Formats: sequence, C-alpha cells, structure tokens
Amino acid sequence: MSILVIAEHDNSSLKQATLNVVAAAKAIGGDIDVLVAGENCGAVAEAAAKAEGVNKVLVADNAAYGHFLGENLGELVAEVGKGYSHILAAAGTVGKDFMPRVAALLDVAQVSDIMRVESEDTFVRPIYAGNAIATVKSSDSIKVVTVRPTAFDPVAGEGGSAAVEQLDVVKDAGLSQFVNEELAKSDRPDLASAGIVVSGGRGMQNGDNFKMLEQVADLMGAAVGASRAAVDAGFVPNDMQVGQTGKIVAPQLYIAVGISGAIQHLAGMSDSKVIVAINKDEEAPIFQVADYGLVADLFEAVPQLEEELKKVM
Amino acid sequence: MKVLVAVKRVIDYNVKVRVKPDNTGVDLANVKMAMNPFCEIAVEEAVRLKEKGVASEIVVVSIGPKASQEQIRTALALGADRGIHVETDEEVQSLEAAKLLKAVVEKEEPKLVILGKQSIDSDNNQTGQMLAALTGMGQGTFASEVVVEGDKVNVTREVDGGLMTVALNLPAVVTTDLRLNEPRYASLPNIMKAKKKPLDNMSPADLGVDIAPRLSTLKVEAPASRQAGVKVADVAELVDKLKNEAKVI
Ligand SMILES: Cc1cc2nc3c(=O)[nH]c(=O)nc-3n(C[C@H](O)[C@H](O)[C@H](O)COP(=O)(O)OP(=O)(O)OC[C@H]3O[C@@H](n4cnc5c(N)ncnc54)[C@H](O)[C@@H]3O)c2cc1C
Repeated sequence: MSILVIAEHDNSSLKQATLNVVAAAKAIGGDIDVLVAGENCGAVAEAAAKAEGVNKVLVADNAAYGHFLGENLGELVAEVGKGYSHILAAAGTVGKDFMPRVAALLDVAQVSDIMRVESEDTFVRPIYAGNAIATVKSSDSIKVVTVRPTAFDPVAGEGGSAAVEQLDVVKDAGLSQFVNEELAKSDRPDLASAGIVVSGGRGMQNGDNFKMLEQVADLMGAAVGASRAAVDAGFVPNDMQVGQTGKIVAPQLYIAVGISGAIQHLAGMSDSKVIVAINKDEEAPIFQVADYGLVADLFEAVPQLEEELKKVM
Repeated sequence: MKVLVAVKRVIDYNVKVRVKPDNTGVDLANVKMAMNPFCEIAVEEAVRLKEKGVASEIVVVSIGPKASQEQIRTALALGADRGIHVETDEEVQSLEAAKLLKAVVEKEEPKLVILGKQSIDSDNNQTGQMLAALTGMGQGTFASEVVVEGDKVNVTREVDGGLMTVALNLPAVVTTDLRLNEPRYASLPNIMKAKKKPLDNMSPADLGVDIAPRLSTLKVEAPASRQAGVKVADVAELVDKLKNEAKVI
C-alpha cells in the first residue's frame, strides 16, 4: 500500500493538522508520501520532510496553487494521486473543497471526516451531527479520505529525513481566480488545535463582551470560540464557530459560556477531555455533557473567573 | 439566466436522532422530515437572484423517494418555477447524486447551480464539488456572499482562517454556508400556487446513471455518551476542581 497525504499549510509553515493526518496514514499502514502544493512553499516541504514516518515529500510549487483553489488542486492531486492506494487530507475547509473533486475525477467515492481506521478499506465516521457513528467500507481501488485531525494524535514533527522531490506538473484549470481574503489575525493559539478553548454564545449579548472571554483565555493560553448564534448575530467572525458545520475541537478543557448546548454545537466539542459550562439556566442541555457546571449569570461569573485564575496561574 | 437548485429531503434538524437497536442505521420511521437547512438557503439565494432580475428561471431538482416531492413543492412555494424529481427508493451516495445532477445539468444547461454545502444526515460535504468536477465547472464552496457580474460570479467563502473571495467563470457551482441568507417562510397563497407548478418525474435509468453505491455501511452505533458531571457552587470551587481534580490548568 502507498498513501499520499496532502499537506495543509499557508505557504510558509506546515499546519499541525498534517501531522494528525500522517498519523491516520500510519494507522492504515504502508509507505507515506506527502504532497506540498503551494507557491513559494519550500519551507513547508522542509518541515514536512522532518515529520515522523514520511517516506518522500513531493513539491508542486506554482502560482496556480498559491491560494489552494479547489479546481487546480483537484486536477493536480487526481493526477499525482492516481498511483496510490489512498489519498488523505485534513477535513478543514481546504480539504473539504478540493478532495471531492479528486474523488469525482478518479471516479471513486470519498469517505469524509474519519475518526478511526479499522482496516485499509474500513473507516469510522460521524453522521447526523455525531449522533450516530458509522463504520463504512470502500470498494474502490483508490480510497479518497478526509481525516478529522482531532481524532488522531499527531506524529512527531521532528526527527524524520524524507527526500524532497520537485514535481513539474502544472494544473491551472482556468475556471476560477483568487480575488481577496480577510484572514482573522490573532496571537492566540489556533482554535482547532488549542489545548484550552473558551467559547461564548448568544448569552454574551454583543461582540464587546467577548473581551471578557479573551482576558480569561489569555490567562490560560487558550483559544476563543463561539456558537453559531454568536456568529450569526455578528458578535464574532465565522472562523470562530464551533460545531457540526463549523470547527471541530477536542481540547483538554472546553469552557462554554452562555451557550445552551444544541446538538449542532455539541457535535463540534463533545470530544473535549473536560467540559465546563457557565449558564444561568440550570435546565440548559449543555449541563448534560459538562463535567463541571456552574449555574450563574456570566456577567458575574466571568470576571470572577478572571480574578481566581490570576491567583493560580 | 437559468439557475438550478438541488434540494434534499432529510430528517428535521430538531429531531433527536436514534440509532436502530440492530445497528443497521438510524430510525427514520415516523420521524419528521424536512428540506435540508443548507438547501433552504440555496433556494432562498436563487429566489433573491430572481428578485434582483439576475435569474430568469429557477429549476429545483431533488433525488430520492416519492415523498421528496414535498420538498420540491416547498421550493416551488418559496419561488422556484418548476421541479424535477429523480425518483428512487435506493440509497444514493454523493458520487452517484453528482452524476445524476450532471445529467440534469446537461439537459437544462443552467448558468448557476446552487446546492447546500452538506446535508445534515450523512454530513459528507461532497456533492457540489463532485458535480463541479464532473461538469468541468468552477466551484464557490461554503458561500456567504454571491454576486453575479457579467459572465462571472464572485463568491465569498467561509474558510478556516476567515473569508476568501473567488471569481468563477459561469456556468459555476455554488454551495451555501449558514450566513449566506436567512430563508423566508412560504405564504399560504404561494403554497397553493406551488401545487400547480410543473413537476417532471424521471428515474436514474432515464438519465442513464448507475447509482450502485461504492461505500457499504457495516454498522451504525450510538456515540459514546458523556456522563453529566457535578455542579459547582461558585467560581472558586470551579477553579479549584480544574486545578486539583481535573488538573487541566
Ligand atoms: C444546519 C444547522 C447547522 C448548525 N450548525 C451549528 C454549528 O456548527 N455550531 C453551533 O454552535 N450551532 C449550530 N447550529 C445552531 C444550533 O442549533 C443552535 O441554534 C446554536 O448552537 C445556539 O447557540 P447558543 O447556544 O449560543 O444560543 P442559545 O441557544 O440562544 O443559548 C443561549 C444560552 O445562553 C444562556 N444565557 C443567556 N444569558 C446569560 C447570562 N447572562 N449568563 C449565563 N447564561 C446566559 C441561556 O440560558 C442559553 O442557554 C446549527 C443549526 C442548523 C440548523
């Protein structure tokens, strides 16, 4: 078996999710090559070559891949990947965009968002917002799979010494162009891989009040997340949404503040190790999954939490 | 321009999902079904494009059992002009759905195809991208804004890092995210009118598509359930527990 892992990166650094996907590839077993497609992405290729268990790094460095357009990546990965038994990528917005194109071009099914590997052709994945867990078997010759990064412990990012090979395959489908992007800038850890996440919901009432959560988060080195209701109401940007249709997180500690605990929200955070809920409604469903529940008005509890944390951190 | 919208009949998002005791799937008997929420957003976007004078005709297509006609009628009540029902009682997976939609695209030749980014039953997030690949179209996935300008469409996409805008040549495929719009409700007169709008029926065989699934589901289980923990009296107790009991801070 031979597995092609598509690296997730921003042209300058390798995202940790790639190491989680390599871990999923190890669970399948076989030679693991990593494809780094981007523009001026040499540093990413070097980082990928150091990852544990990687056999070879293939680099497709071209302006056509600079913004990770799905049309171009789809054609590239279908071409490079057709000699492999498995093609794997993280189930982030880049992987979710181009991988189904790869599958369609290869005329194979895709298995989305796997949480576990049962065997080389059988995978476990959530359906119905994680209210059911399906074990699915693929009968296709090439398995195209997206991986839920939080479900696999990352391989070491250092110690490997894979060969790096430049590819000269340029696929520009000519169907789409990048116009612009507005990327959130934050000094806090990445939401999807942070060890602690503090999230706010509709109960926060407005965007300014999220500052209270940011102060608490900064004391613990945490990321800040949100429910859909808080994003829809415009309190915070979309990249902060945790849930079935937002980001999946599984930190050591998740603190839900003013969040009721709808199934769509739980789908994104219920694999957290320890869950804390702060909510003034003692009947809120979030308390059914919380290890520690505090029934309180958040506008009193959050400032107190900040004071208490200052004493112990 | 003509807009094609694909909609799916799924379990209502408010229903508590139960896994069947024999682990073959989810219990759908006597459960409330509805249009997939992301498909509602797709229909709404098409209707708004028509209201702006950008779209001239909205064709809505659904693949599924006879009862899927309810969702087509809902879309017609919301403002779609005519419906196509690709009727089958078999399970249709994403790749096969994309092939069926490709056949419909070839007949209808729409300038824009709008789908939901994922259906809340299988949570696959694949069909739109597969359709785009099979038809050689560009794709604006996870859209939070769609602006048609001449022979291009600008799509602002919700991505992990924030927002990203791409320009696509038409025809193109767009898949909707939650913040693209807020769908309206159908009015009673429009529900009545929808009953008279044309609805074509066809089978996968009529479209020449083999829908045999490539993935087989070996079992479906309930997730490991979390136990509710304890209530703490105040913030001081909470911090103490996090530090000394859970040891996570
Ligand atoms: C297709 C679809 C996809 C979805 N995807 C997602 C998703 O990915 N992520 C997601 O989060 N949701 C998602 N949702 C929405 C989900 O169903 C809920 O509507 C949403 O999670 C509710 O957010 P909330 O808990 O912040 O708001 P609410 O349900 O309104 O809860 C607010 C809570 O704050 C508490 N509160 C209010 N004031 C205070 C106070 N002063 N002090 C303490 N507590 C207070 C209230 O008691 C209440 O429990 C989706 C829905 C659909 C239909």
